[in-house]
Amino acid sequence: MTPIRSASRLVATPRTTRRARRAASAAAALGALALALTACGGPADDGAAAGDPADVDAALEEGGELLLWAWDPTLEDVVAGFEEEYPNVDIELANVGTGNDHYIALQNAIAAGSGVPDLAQVEYYALGQFSIGGSLADVSAFGADELQDTFTPGPWGAISQGGGIWALPMDSGPMAMFYNAEVFDTLGVEVPTTWDEYVEAARAIHTADPTKYIGADTGDAGYTTSIIWQAGGTPFEVDGTDVTVDLGGDEGAAKFAGVYQEMIDEELLADIPGWSDEWFQAMDDGTIATLVTGAWMPGNMESGAPNAAGKWRVAPMPQWEAGANATAENGGSSLAITEASEKKALAYAFLEYATAGEGVQTRIDGGAFPTTVEDLNSDEFLGYESEYFGGQKINEILSDSAANVVEGWQYLPFQVYANSIYPDTVGQAYTGATPLLDGLTDWQDAMTSYGNDQGFTVSN
Amino acid sequence: MSRKGRAAWTGWGFLSPFLAVFALVFAAPIGYALYLSLFRRQMVGGNSFVGLDNYARALGDDQFWAGVGRVGLFLVVQVPIMLGLALFIALALDSGRVHGMGFFRISIFMPYAVPGVVAALMWGFMYGERFGLVGNINDAFGVSVPDPLRSDFVLAAIGNIVTWEFVGYNMLIMYAALRVIDPALYEAARIDGAGQWRIVGAIKLPAIRGALVIATIFSIIGSFQLFNEPSILQALSPNYISTSYTPNLYAYSLSFAGQQYNYSAAIAIIMGVLTMIVAYAVQLRGMRRED
Repeated sequence: MTPIRSASRLVATPRTTRRARRAASAAAALGALALALTACGGPADDGAAAGDPADVDAALEEGGELLLWAWDPTLEDVVAGFEEEYPNVDIELANVGTGNDHYIALQNAIAAGSGVPDLAQVEYYALGQFSIGGSLADVSAFGADELQDTFTPGPWGAISQGGGIWALPMDSGPMAMFYNAEVFDTLGVEVPTTWDEYVEAARAIHTADPTKYIGADTGDAGYTTSIIWQAGGTPFEVDGTDVTVDLGGDEGAAKFAGVYQEMIDEELLADIPGWSDEWFQAMDDGTIATLVTGAWMPGNMESGAPNAAGKWRVAPMPQWEAGANATAENGGSSLAITEASEKKALAYAFLEYATAGEGVQTRIDGGAFPTTVEDLNSDEFLGYESEYFGGQKINEILSDSAANVVEGWQYLPFQVYANSIYPDTVGQAYTGATPLLDGLTDWQDAMTSYGNDQGFTVSN
Repeated sequence: MSRKGRAAWTGWGFLSPFLAVFALVFAAPIGYALYLSLFRRQMVGGNSFVGLDNYARALGDDQFWAGVGRVGLFLVVQVPIMLGLALFIALALDSGRVHGMGFFRISIFMPYAVPGVVAALMWGFMYGERFGLVGNINDAFGVSVPDPLRSDFVLAAIGNIVTWEFVGYNMLIMYAALRVIDPALYEAARIDGAGQWRIVGAIKLPAIRGALVIATIFSIIGSFQLFNEPSILQALSPNYISTSYTPNLYAYSLSFAGQQYNYSAAIAIIMGVLTMIVAYAVQLRGMRRED
């Protein structure tokens, strides 16, 4: 949104997926206002599930033009590949902005009822905002309902909420712990496998060298919700227009707050906001020793922290119980068909090609982290040795993480706004102004009043 | 009678290009904002007329008033400093005793030519405690200057950027006003035995009062509309610059992140009215003795 962020984006490879982590700062006008449903309407009531797989073949035969809005750079090759295979289909790929700019444009087009793209990239955390408003087409009848086993459970759960299939997963961000092995070795600290060990390692590192920290964190909505997710929390529950927001009483939130409160109190976290230039430098020069984040991170590190090549490694996410292997998703995008599209069947042909067909390999070659079980388990993918990570087969760990995402997580249908006010509430705890648990409760209160204002029935 | 009527129409004819543009770019947006502010659109439930509810809500909104208080504080501290500096520089240049006057004039004015967003970015880098200028100062002198971005000093840090940007602009307004004073007045004053300070107090300041009032009003409007600098620095200091840090920032995040266009319009209109009242009061006060 702001030039500073754009600047850091230039340093790093533009990634679809990491926007979600930065949702705290993403300011987007979403929500399908114009098409907002009446209070009694559920998202699946629109009869959007029309059509069947035969329509798709017929549409492909007939051909036509499609408009696709996305900022993911790997889609360009996918479009080219598709057009080569189906010469009578012409797809116009337009980048109308990244993240929030994209959503504002999409929202405006939907509200105006003209110029709406047939297909649009939508991040998982923002899907609810569009599907609840009835702006997205339910693609289950085109054959998407048979694709469940094609994708890993995390992304599939995200796109199939509320009784429909609102998109198909493009990429995902199963989490892992990236760590600077050199820092751990030099300081003689064990690489943590549980969150308790993580706090101990944080102490050991900072005590041994006060200029070094276990990680940088000034509060990040996407990260916080992911860690709560991993801890088994379900602070957000959505059933039509009935929404539950319960951070104050959520067990996962309490676990997160416990661990992070300790580290904040003892000043074990570097006070560097994510995605700033300082942040990349801190990764580059060993100021921060770990980064717990989504599987899409390696490309960003290669370009943003080039001097640290060979020093970093990947390990599974720290666990809440020793020996467990629970993980969560962080970021990731899906591709959706708009309800306003008049060529849904043709659009679905491309959708399936890009997310579950030949387009997947094209995107992997372009650096995307796949969501398809088959590719995640292919020998070629698993056997890839990353030079940046000292020849480690990082995809083994990342792919494993994708299979172990805790199920049952839901985002709010107004998550974009909720994340944007995170610094005003939970963020205050990172400055020491208020306890983390109080910050989470403040966040809950702000989300509750916003949700009620927007016509949802929010309970805590 | 018919002649009078024709004359009146001719006048409108000349005015119409202006009126058309005025209606399009000024009246219509304000009218639309007023219209928007009377409704409430929800994600669930759609659009409904709510009368003055949005205004009532704004009047009781602590976040909004905290933002107003913040720009108020900014106004009473930063504006006098900036205008004082600008006046001092304008008088110094006008005294004719400064060597390389042209150079100083242009170099002090230069920051104004830097777009506000770029200026905020630039200062954002300099303020960096780890790799920026502040970091260098801390390292070089072994001191620990409080982090200008990640502490309660952030408002002062913003004030510094705004001062740097606008001193030259205000200086130029004042300097231009000083240049049109008839030099014969200075000569006469000197013959009467007046020194430089006396000339400043008795001739120069009264003569440029109009320019001072204008500069003050511009600065008041600028303070109330504070947006660029906090919006850019927010990325570096999210926990110290909230989404409601200034009223404009609040209106922005309400509409673009929260889709509360209607409430945001009400906030913008209240802020516009407040700004008008304060600016008008200053103008009345500043012009009083000239009547």
